[in-house]
Amino acid sequence: MKDLALAALDSVARRGVTYADVRAIETRDREISTKNGKAGHVSSSESMGVGIRVLAFGCWGFAATDDLTAEGLELASSLALDIARAGTAAHKNDVQLAPEGKHEATWVSAFRIDPFTISIDRQLAVLLAVDAELRRQKGVSMAEASMTFERRRQVFASTLGSLIDQTRYTAGAGFSALSYKDGEIMRRSYPNSFGGQYQLKGYELVEELKLLENAPRIAEEAVALHSADQCPEGEFDLILDSSQLGLQIHESIGHPIELDRVLGTEANYAGMSFLTLDQLGRLRYGSDIVNVVCDARIEHGPGLGTFAYDDEGVAAQSTDIIRNGQFVGYMTSRETAAEVGQTRSNGCMRADGWGRLPLIRMTNVSLEPGRQSLDEVFDVDRAIYMETNRSWSIDDKRYNFQFGCEIGWEIRHGKRIRMLKNPSYSGISTEFWNACTAIAGPEHWTLWGVPNCGKGQPEQVMGTGHGASPARFRKIKIGSAYAG
Amino acid sequence: MPDDVLSRAQCESIFGQVADGARTHGVSDVEVILAGEDHALTRFANNAIHQNVAERNVYLSVRPVIDGRTARASTNRLDHQGIREVVDASIAITRLTEPDPELLPLAAVGEPGPVRRFYQVTANATPQERARAVAEAIAAVEEKGQTAAGIYSTGGSMFSLMNTAGVSAWHHETMARFSITAMAADSSGWAKASACHHAELDSLQLARSAAQKAERSRVPQAAPPGRYTVVLEPAAVLDLVGQMFGDFSATAIRDGRSFLNDRIGRKIFGENITIHDDVCDPLQSGAPFDGEGVPRRPLTLVDHGVVREIAYSRQAAAHTGVPPTGHGFPLPNEIGEAPANIVIAGGDSSVEEMVRSTEHGILVTRFWYIREVDPYQKIFTGMTRDGTFLIEGGEVTSGVRNFRFNQSLIELLSNVEALSTPVRASGEESADMVVPAMKVRGFNFTEVTRF
Repeated sequence: MKDLALAALDSVARRGVTYADVRAIETRDREISTKNGKAGHVSSSESMGVGIRVLAFGCWGFAATDDLTAEGLELASSLALDIARAGTAAHKNDVQLAPEGKHEATWVSAFRIDPFTISIDRQLAVLLAVDAELRRQKGVSMAEASMTFERRRQVFASTLGSLIDQTRYTAGAGFSALSYKDGEIMRRSYPNSFGGQYQLKGYELVEELKLLENAPRIAEEAVALHSADQCPEGEFDLILDSSQLGLQIHESIGHPIELDRVLGTEANYAGMSFLTLDQLGRLRYGSDIVNVVCDARIEHGPGLGTFAYDDEGVAAQSTDIIRNGQFVGYMTSRETAAEVGQTRSNGCMRADGWGRLPLIRMTNVSLEPGRQSLDEVFDVDRAIYMETNRSWSIDDKRYNFQFGCEIGWEIRHGKRIRMLKNPSYSGISTEFWNACTAIAGPEHWTLWGVPNCGKGQPEQVMGTGHGASPARFRKIKIGSAYAG
Repeated sequence: MPDDVLSRAQCESIFGQVADGARTHGVSDVEVILAGEDHALTRFANNAIHQNVAERNVYLSVRPVIDGRTARASTNRLDHQGIREVVDASIAITRLTEPDPELLPLAAVGEPGPVRRFYQVTANATPQERARAVAEAIAAVEEKGQTAAGIYSTGGSMFSLMNTAGVSAWHHETMARFSITAMAADSSGWAKASACHHAELDSLQLARSAAQKAERSRVPQAAPPGRYTVVLEPAAVLDLVGQMFGDFSATAIRDGRSFLNDRIGRKIFGENITIHDDVCDPLQSGAPFDGEGVPRRPLTLVDHGVVREIAYSRQAAAHTGVPPTGHGFPLPNEIGEAPANIVIAGGDSSVEEMVRSTEHGILVTRFWYIREVDPYQKIFTGMTRDGTFLIEGGEVTSGVRNFRFNQSLIELLSNVEALSTPVRASGEESADMVVPAMKVRGFNFTEVTRF
């Protein structure tokens, strides 16, 4: 792999470029799922290729290939340079990069059990046991369970002299129960929707999640939702579980702080951001207790956004985004950092494979735990508590959002008094975070994985991490998804 | 770029190696999918090209069938060792799965409909050609004092499915896409098109259209949320209505996850709504066979408001006792099948006539971030974006701030008052389809955002 990366780098560097970097990547993944007592999806795949990024004539060029012969690398290098040259046809300013040092490193993410050493039949047996438990509940129309594993080795080499060999193991697992009855489809998922929990771990993640132990409760709730009251419409205090809050962070903080969006380069697809440059250091993003970091370091935890170096060879860092409610930081790249006069990138460039160009992506964007106990978070006269995302939507500048959850509960004087179906809430990002009145402590903090964040053209799908504890928000608009 | 990433002859050769390799394990039933793409994309923003990429990749996927068991292994390594390893892996994991009593033998030979969707000139489009078109489009936006962002992509792809039961299906096509967002100080406009032949894209006209929308929506008014008559341009129809077709699936109905449960044969939409699935429609794209190699046959999904037909994979068809429709996904999978080539019948109106006939309403260019709120009532939420206008007295009078909607598709397709001629529409939230513009009464906007 190192030889391949260096050969690719050599094939482009000797053409006389301003800068070039190469990522040689080898991935192996396994996906297993069950549905209604049978194997649903059983597959393994491997992929290997090289992406060559070149800065020449003041413009970027990028070409990726699976042809790893010397001839294939020459063709890709030539194409990358040709593409950069073509960029001069519509060119304003030469690309400038913030300075970065030379790094040589080898890094492998920590894992206890290599998931590829566990046989597929044993993994299927775990899922089928969960499936059987779910279908023991009368009224469950469909039971689904899944696990997924990936090992990705990437060798990065650049004309700065960096040579970085990283291997990341990621795992994901979860299940859901669906119930169709009398014109209603209800679903409950565990530990989160859309496949469950994902982390930078090995097979030990599956064991930690206690899937089987939670199956009866989830199945029962899926069926019970048919008999629950409709979530009321109006303004209420809102309490969110940590998984839903993780997605709330992702959409209403994580995306707006991407500096490429702010500078307009994602305008045609993902959109822009309300966090214009004049807001930095001035905007009151949240209440005093809201502290958010963007942290790719392993010290933050085994998140989908944890690594040693980003995809342009910048070391993992922790950046304050919101400190005591004040907006203080963006996620940057070498190019965008230079554009706004910063001296160094904070290391957020990531690509979803060898075939795609790195973009500014969330690493682990997390809400720091608060000081309240869980009882104190729930200690309110009346509130609506919501768990597990069902739908999510936000405008292209990240002001107005609406989320739906799988299940809700009315809280009176700190106690759950009734189950609610179809709960949803909506608002404006900064108004929402300024309404935060309580955040549970570190013992309730979970680093959630979002495996399916889309951005870029051609679109790239990235895994991001979001740590959160359950939190309470004052006077939030609830129920408008079913209004009108 | 080469003629094809993998020619038919190359696919047949690789299939032969896979079949030979499987036989050494005593396995005689095997299916091979080979897919590849060679495409490039020129991306621009702030009136300059800023990301400019090319990618070539192939994909070999092997699925054996062994005593009622099946699984899949894939690789992008097509040398002898890569092929041997993927065959070994596919057989090893298949033998570790449980037998599935419903698993069918490999599909037999069919006759896919004829489609011609590959144009050498589009496969060969150069970075310089794309850059010239982009520069011209940027100039058209810049001369209006606006800022342009967008993409121009060109390239070719192929998809092949061969099996030891005799299926030998191979398809290739080219695709070009151009999209552009024009931004003024407090407004924006957008346009997008796609075609198998890049000469069919008028990038300059798309740029002018986006710039005009941005110009007309300056100083947007804050119209209150509520029920409005809306004129939905084709991209808006595509992205919203396109969300429901995964439910026209026998497997989804059997699972209880489709809104068509207990609604097949019932009139749930308006009399003016007729929807087909037809891979051979001249405005459509894609392979004329499905993930098992079964030829796609046309379906009448909705006939004058009545849900008539749904898609059946081979397994779903066998379970129900009907013929498969050629809409199955590659096995093994959990979701079964779905229509893939939607054609919504149009009417004799036009966007201009719809606006002229509207006393008070909203003209929508596109929707954004559409997500399902209620799976059975088929309520979706999302935002308007890049060109939302107030219609008063039959005229577009101003831009308006963008709305959030929460809208049932069943209700929407029951409230359609006019349809235009259908066109091939391209958006960002659903696959390209052939759809008309629609005038719809009582569309439910629930909130307004800040811009």
